[in-house]
Formats: sequence, structure tokens, C-alpha cells
Amino acid sequence: MKERTAIHSHGVRTVLVLAVIMIFTGSALAEEVYKIGGIFSVTGRASFLGDPEKKSMEMMIESINAAGGIDGRQLEAVIYDTEGDPTKAVMAISKLINKDNVLAIVGPSTTPTTLAVMPFAEKAGTPLISCAAGNKITMPVNPWIFKTAQSDILAVRAIFEHMKTRGIQKIGILTVANAFGESGREQLEAQAGDFGITIVQADKFGGNDTDMTAQLTKIKGAGPDAVICWGTNPGPAVVSKNAQQLELGIPIYQSHGVASPKFIELAGESAEGTLLPTGKILVYGLLPDADPQKAVLTAYAENYTKAFNQPVSGFGGYAYDAVNILAKALKGTGGDKGKLRDNIEAIKDHVGVSGVFTFTPDEHNGLAADAFVMVQIQNGTWELVK
Amino acid sequence: MEAFVQYLFSGLTNGAIYAVIAIGFSMLYSATELINFAHGEFVMLGALGLVTLWGGLHLPLPAAFALTVAGAALVGFLFERTAIRTVKKPHPIVLVIITVGASIFLRGGAMMIWGKDAHSVPPFSGHPPIDVAGAKLLPQSIWILVIAVVLAVGLFYFYRRTLTGKAMQATAINKWGAWLSGIPSERMVLLAFVMSTGLGATAGVIIAPITMCSYDMGTMLGLKGFCAAMLGGIGSLWGALAGGFTLGIVEALAVGYVSSAAKDAVAFILLLLILYIKPSGLFGTADASRF
Repeated sequence: MKERTAIHSHGVRTVLVLAVIMIFTGSALAEEVYKIGGIFSVTGRASFLGDPEKKSMEMMIESINAAGGIDGRQLEAVIYDTEGDPTKAVMAISKLINKDNVLAIVGPSTTPTTLAVMPFAEKAGTPLISCAAGNKITMPVNPWIFKTAQSDILAVRAIFEHMKTRGIQKIGILTVANAFGESGREQLEAQAGDFGITIVQADKFGGNDTDMTAQLTKIKGAGPDAVICWGTNPGPAVVSKNAQQLELGIPIYQSHGVASPKFIELAGESAEGTLLPTGKILVYGLLPDADPQKAVLTAYAENYTKAFNQPVSGFGGYAYDAVNILAKALKGTGGDKGKLRDNIEAIKDHVGVSGVFTFTPDEHNGLAADAFVMVQIQNGTWELVK
Repeated sequence: MEAFVQYLFSGLTNGAIYAVIAIGFSMLYSATELINFAHGEFVMLGALGLVTLWGGLHLPLPAAFALTVAGAALVGFLFERTAIRTVKKPHPIVLVIITVGASIFLRGGAMMIWGKDAHSVPPFSGHPPIDVAGAKLLPQSIWILVIAVVLAVGLFYFYRRTLTGKAMQATAINKWGAWLSGIPSERMVLLAFVMSTGLGATAGVIIAPITMCSYDMGTMLGLKGFCAAMLGGIGSLWGALAGGFTLGIVEALAVGYVSSAAKDAVAFILLLLILYIKPSGLFGTADASRF
């Protein structure tokens, strides 16, 4: 034991000496790097989020480094996998802050993991840009926490704005009985009044229910002008099929939770005519050239497809935006975390994949309702609706 | 009225599914006194098997149906041979825990084979919904109802009229006595396993077109089927059938007239009530004569 301690202290001494040399010569060493941490659910149930996020982050950091880095310094990504588990996320953030000494953190991928790590980022004074969508992450505002994913609030607003143009006033809502559905229902109920819309019937369904005709019959009985279904696959596809069987005959709106080709595959022809809000990445090819995001979206989608040979998703875009925002804010900070935070908060009109970001001290998501576009399913594919 | 008829259709469809699952639970229980908590996973295997054979490989429907059920029954056979038969001290609680383990195993295996995403298949026949008093009855619902009733009647005759059925019943009543009179009781238990898991898979096949099939669909269906079997009196064929339909209809009416959030609660409240008031179930007698 003694011997080991001696070796150990010898090692410490070497490091100290090196550190002292580094301090004196640091400014001269161009290879000093800015370390950025990443916490994603790369494996496990939420791997569909974490996997593209990790890839997008690595891709972006590589391209920033290839272009000469930030203020002549290279970036280095240190990425840990949470497997979607809040406990592992907390372990990851402790390592990033205490061992890796990162300047800022991108992620985690899900709302529960983000909520679990937020206090640690705040305590260490390390800016964190989450890739999760939950409203609770940035409401109330925590000075050190930002997020790039569009929240439910904006999705609900996009749907209601579209309904207003169609003159829809009475709606029925059908939400899945889990955190996603509950959050959607809260927002639908909270915002309906602002758009002069009344919810005449609110119902729920279980994520694995086999039949929703009873709920839809109840909604039909209340005579709404449209139905909004809020859930993630497979429930909404069952709702879509049942609605067709019951010949509901009113427009059906789905949430952004089903904005993937899987929904069209599951719901089949019953999906025809369904309206839903989605991030622009799903339809980037259809956007008008005047759209401010078109160039960014096209570049991201093409680079991603080329690098990883798999279709692009909106989820990777959250990490892509987070890295770009960090890169912008890092300029001129000299690696000071407080200055970095202030710079992030001052970012205006940053055009990203998920939308155009303008952060303020009271708004740490920075997106507006135009982050979503409304699409309609026609002939088995997405069409933009005006 | 229109709404009521629609709730009734929804309830009958779900009820028929619960009934087929409950019959599987019940017949295995009556032959072995074992509650197979992996039963729901066989429903899932049936549904996903149809997805692959009919939806993916485009086999003719009857062939895909038969192959799926046979495949699931084969899994049931292997399950009995490898996990149940080999237990040295077959105490009921040990066996029940083995079935729980098997359900986790099957779910994990299915996740690896079919992935985490849901799949869907078209209805058996492409007819439009039938209009009854303003309510819509799906052709697939008729398929489900007919198949459920045919299965129940078929089983009834199997137990009453065939020698194998009677031998199985004898084993159920007294395994040792049946063995003494020359009935291969071990083989009867194996047959009960195969038939029960095959029934579970049949339930999966017939509901595949009206719902989405995924590796985790079996758990809730298994629990509902278990509730239905308990409701009707476990071990009783007609009890399982009645329990299934009762549960389905009560659920649908609860969604319609109370609250859709109460749907799953209804099943379990009914189960608790029946266990308090009449523990042997609606159709069970104190000393269940079984089937």
C-alpha cells in the first residue's frame, strides 16, 4: 500500500509540474481544447432520440474543428450514454463536471433525465442545453438551463391557429394516458380559450388499448367540428382506423408525436386527410425557398444522410442546434462558463433545424409557433398545408 | 340509442377477445391448477406471427392462421417440457413464478425478433362496416365473435364427446386416479398446455387486424383475460365465456357513460368485487366440477 501511495503522489507531482508549465505556456499552445459534454440515451427505449443526437453532435463538432475551431481552439466532445435512466444521467453529469471539466453540456435526451440532472448543472454553474421537449425544463426559467426541442405549447398553438383559419370552434380531444398525453391535454385545455375554441368532450385511452370506438362514439355524440388525438404510436393509429370505421366525417388532428412515416404505415388509408403539426425537417424538401430555415435544413439533412447513410429525423436536430448555439456563444469567452451562459441568453435570430431561436432571460427555449408547420397526409405522404 | 348500440358492439368485440383468452387460462387451470401468467405473451405471439406470415410473407390467410397457432402451440409445448416439467418440487407458487419469468423472456425475445415498433395487418375481409341502427359493426368483429363462439362450442364437445377430452377431464379431477386407470396424465397435462397456448395465439390472430401489434401488447390483454376467467369462475368453460363478455361490455359502457380514464380500473374493481362477494366466480361452484 505504502509503495502505491508513493507512486501515486509521484504521479500527482508530475501532473502538478505539468500543470504549472501549462499555465505559463498555455496561451502559446494552440492545441488546448474546449470540452463539450453530451448526455444522450444512445441505447435503451429512447434510443430513437439519443442515437441521432449523438451522431449529430459528433458530426457538427467535426465540421467546426475542420473549419478551424472556435477562436483558434478545437472542440472536443465527451459523450455518455444514459440508457434513458435518470440515475445514469446523474452519474454522467457528475463525471462531466468533476472529471472532464466540460464548459457546457448538450442533452439529456428525455424530460425525466433532464429534470434529474438540472440541479447539478446549476450548482456547478455549467450551461446545459437539453434536447428534451418537456415544458417543465424551461418553465420556470433556470438561469443555466436551455433547450432546443419544440415544446407542446407550440404544437398546440400551431393546431389551434390552423383551426381558426378553418372556422373550427368545437372540438373533442382524445389523449393517451401517459406523461406525453397529459402534458398535451393540459396545454390543449389551457390554450383553447385564447383561440375561441371550446372542448366539448375530453377522453383518454391507454397506450396499448385495442379499440377506441367507445371513446370516439362519445366524442361523436357531443357533436364537435374536429377531433384532436394526442399520443405516440401505436394508439393514434388505432384512433385513426376506428374513426374511419365509425365514419366520423370531421377533420382529425394528430400531435407531432406521430410525425414519422411509421404512423402512415400503421394507420394505412385511414390516415388520409389527417392533419398534424411537425418540425420542418420532415418536409424540408417541400418548403418554399423563402423559408428562412430551408438552407440550414437542407444542409443538415444532406450531411447527415451522407455521413450515416440513414434517414434524418427531427431528434438529431435538437443536438445539432444545441452545438451550433454553443459554438456561437463560445466565441470570445476564453472558456469562461459565466460569459458563455450570458452569450447564450443573448442569442437572437439563430436559424436552426428546430426553428429560429431568440433567447431572453425569461425565455430559454427561444422558439415561436413558426417552428412548427401543419402538414396533411395525402396519398400516403406529407403535404404542406397553407 | 345509437351510441348505446355502438358501445355494445365495442364491448362485444373486446369481450369476445377476453373470452378466448380467459378460456385458455381456465382450461390450463382445470388441467393443472396452474395460472399461466405468460398466457398474454402467447396472444402477442399469435398477433405478431400473423404479422409476419400473412402481412410479411403473404401466405394465404387460413395457412398463416394455422401456422401461427401451431407455432405458438409449439412454443407452449417447449415451455412445458423445458420450464415446467423439469421442476423438481412443483409447488404452485414456484410454477407461477416460472410463468412470470417465461412472460418476461417471451416479451424480450419478441422485442428482438419484431423490434420495438408496432405493426398492423388489414382485416380478414375487406367489407365496409355494417350499419345497425346508426351504429357501425366491423366485419372483423363478426369474425371475432363467430370464432370465439365456435371455439367454445368445439371445446365443449371435445370434453363431452371425445375420449381424449374425457381423459383430460379425468386428469383434471384427479391426476393420480386417472393415472391408475391407465390415462397418461403427463401427456394430458402437456396437451392442455399446447391447447391453452394455441387458444391464446388464436386470440392474438383474430385481434391483430383491429389493433396494433407490438411486443408489449400481451401483458394487459393477459391480465384482462385473467380477470374475465376469475369473474366467470376459473376452471369453467362457460364461466370464462360469460366473464369475458361481461367484462368487455361493462368496460365499454364505463367508457361511454362514466369516464374513459376508468376503463382499466373497471376490470380490476370487478375482479376485487367478485373475489369479496363470490370468490368462486359467477359460474363456479365451491368444488368446481370444471368443464
